[in-house]
Amino acid sequence: MTDLLYTDVEESLRSSVRSTLQRSLDEGLAARLYDEPDTDTSPIWQALAGQIGLAGLLVPESLGGVGAGPREAAVVLEELGRTVAPVPFLTSSVIATTALLTAGDEEHLPALAAGERTAALVLPWTARRGTWACVQGSVEPVAGALGADLLVVPTTGEGGVTSLRAYESGEVEVEAITSLDMTRPLARVTVRGEGVEIASGPTAEAAVDAALAAGAALLPSEQLGLAQWCLETTVEYAKTRVQFARPIGSFQAIKHRLADLYLLLVNTQAAARHAAGTLADDDPDQHVAQAVAQAFCGDAAVRAAEEALQLHGGIGMTWEHPVHTHLKRAKSDQLALGTPERHRADLAGLVDLPAS
Amino acid sequence: MPDLQQRVDELLESHDPETTPRAIFLGAQYDAGLAWVHFPEGLGGLGLSRGRQSEVDDRLEAVGAPRPDVARNAIGLGMAAPTMVAFGTPEMQQRYLRPLFACTEIWCQLFSEPGAGSDLAAVATRAVPDGDEWVVDGQKVWTSGAHNADFAILVARTDTSVPKHAGLTYFVLEMNVPGIEIRPLRQITGEAEFNEVFLSGVRIHDRNRVGAVGEGWKVATTTLNNERVAIGAGNEREAGQIGVVTQRWRRDPCVRTPGNHAELMQWWVETEVTRLAGERLRQGLEVGQPGPESSAMKLAFAQQAQQVSGFALELAPEEGLTYHDWSMVRPETGSLLGHGPGFRYLRAKGNSIEGGTSEIMRNIIAERVLGLPPEHRPDKGIAFKDVPR
Ligand SMILES: Cc1cc2nc3c(=O)[nH]c(=O)nc-3n(C[C@H](O)[C@H](O)[C@H](O)COP(=O)(O)OP(=O)(O)OC[C@H]3O[C@@H](n4cnc5c(N)ncnc54)[C@H](O)[C@@H]3O)c2cc1C
Repeated sequence: MTDLLYTDVEESLRSSVRSTLQRSLDEGLAARLYDEPDTDTSPIWQALAGQIGLAGLLVPESLGGVGAGPREAAVVLEELGRTVAPVPFLTSSVIATTALLTAGDEEHLPALAAGERTAALVLPWTARRGTWACVQGSVEPVAGALGADLLVVPTTGEGGVTSLRAYESGEVEVEAITSLDMTRPLARVTVRGEGVEIASGPTAEAAVDAALAAGAALLPSEQLGLAQWCLETTVEYAKTRVQFARPIGSFQAIKHRLADLYLLLVNTQAAARHAAGTLADDDPDQHVAQAVAQAFCGDAAVRAAEEALQLHGGIGMTWEHPVHTHLKRAKSDQLALGTPERHRADLAGLVDLPAS
Repeated sequence: MPDLQQRVDELLESHDPETTPRAIFLGAQYDAGLAWVHFPEGLGGLGLSRGRQSEVDDRLEAVGAPRPDVARNAIGLGMAAPTMVAFGTPEMQQRYLRPLFACTEIWCQLFSEPGAGSDLAAVATRAVPDGDEWVVDGQKVWTSGAHNADFAILVARTDTSVPKHAGLTYFVLEMNVPGIEIRPLRQITGEAEFNEVFLSGVRIHDRNRVGAVGEGWKVATTTLNNERVAIGAGNEREAGQIGVVTQRWRRDPCVRTPGNHAELMQWWVETEVTRLAGERLRQGLEVGQPGPESSAMKLAFAQQAQQVSGFALELAPEEGLTYHDWSMVRPETGSLLGHGPGFRYLRAKGNSIEGGTSEIMRNIIAERVLGLPPEHRPDKGIAFKDVPR
């Protein structure tokens, strides 16, 4: 059984990410992005990439990275999830980077690892391992493409063979889409030029599958962090908000709902750690772990955000309170990289429980 | 650091699992420190982390070695043993732990009373000192397996002049001494798995007191936290109620409908995730004792066992309408999975009551894990004898 706890190294990484975020991310930023989508968020990413080396976390030292692994990336995502930070860590440093690593790229990775450039895998944000289709012309909704310097696109090459190609941002058209979650805005990407081939055939397919698998293994950690923020914030509120001359947290109906939410989070954490750990260990069980985590954690984060909103009462409905930005991220995350329902269907195949 | 696998090898070499009688094999496993590796050396353990027990158990399981009968001695293995290690005297530890692990001595738990279920600290059974002995009078209820038990863990009131939590003391009781009457209580399944136990003038020597006089609540809390881990911890993937359902699904295409499939996969994911959370809790416990967090596992286990066992009836409706046998028996083991789907459905209803109700688990999580304000407690600070009952 993979280690489901956190190591000291992971905990110290967590505190550096947390304190850097505290310094560089102001509380109102997430909400502001809905009104001012062009707000420059790059200083936050520069702080994280420059000071902690997050951009190259998964990249080996020989290519200028940190040479850490999925467990560490998972902890980073927990912290980014807590704050719904508008940074391209998941899309660039995890997903696109994994595609390039698996494809054997040595040309693009050093600049990505250094945090000088960012990349995006151009597929619909709902794509999942084994079920995606090559891009022809225009594709949407793509996450991480707005502002990315490098676009990694699976296309159909000569003879119908899959070709993974790199495009500079100038070679493609990227139009912003008004997104449910503006802290991870989506785009319509239209590919016209030739680009440069990174890999073809089975290597290209494996690279895309590995990228989507890494996303599926690590998105649950973002969902975990988000849900933990929701629970903690709500517990604090329930201790201080007084109605009927009592803190609302002393009403048993509220206590029991929060206890159930705690239980949900204990489970979410186990599922997320298991997915990250089995990916790190290259465990044969990793695809089951990913499907389980994706099937569970997406719903859990949505429920945590919904409960947080309800238990905050009227204040939870306001634009000023950050819970709405968390709900929008949670709901979008639930649909990202395959819905829980689709992952349950994939899982059925993996564990020999046929639908008919 | 002793090499665990080497120790297991030595055990298997000296005791051929195919030919060694169970009690002897288990005794040898205890002596080798492989019963509970997280217990101290000499008490069936090696002082390692809890999580490493699975390294031993997986090996022994794989070679078909005799295993302790958890269904028959759940209270001994899951609750009495860790309590004994934490609070028992060296004499008690030497006397009780080995036969308990070998399952030659079976244990039951005399905690609940007609007036003290969820409010366990309200037990009224009295223990009055008399020389080196205590004299116990009272009535216990819902005592699982009392009819098979050789020993009991018992919580009794030794002082009524202090608030309820302060006046309790914890004992080990031999179940064949004079003054104990055990009457079967039939339950929803038709079986009499639990009992009423009447204690009149029962004498317990003071050396069978566990922990200090008046500190029974602290000892009982250890027992209960261990009980919740024991109850909530499934080990293997597809263990428990979900395993019964998945076996059926694979065997029998007739049960496969789209609606059933959606529900099946939902429960599969939930039970798998709870299994992982139980594993995570175990890894986190290392050498420590379980705390209030274990309540979450108990809560999840009960919810899932109930929902999945109900789903099992809907999966095969014709079969779900039948029942294996209503005749009253006093079972040897407290099996949750035996018999047919109807039995499993009905027995699972107890999962949210036994070992503390789901409501109490939620209170514990809310107050002791999340730190929310406590319930109003009208008996707080009042001597037990003055509390209206
Ligand atoms: C199958 C089975 C086996 C058992 N085996 C044993 C055994 O071996 N040894 C032993 O000692 N006991 C045993 N028990 C007893 C068990 O521990 C008690 O039944 C349990 O603690 C609940 O107590 P009660 O039945 O008195 O219910 P009550 O405490 O009267 O509860 C009734 C209802 O009120 C709710 N409630 C009570 N207090 C609160 C509160 N503060 N907040 C919200 N809701 C509350 C409960 O959740 C429940 O829904 C067993 C029970 C079962 C069902």
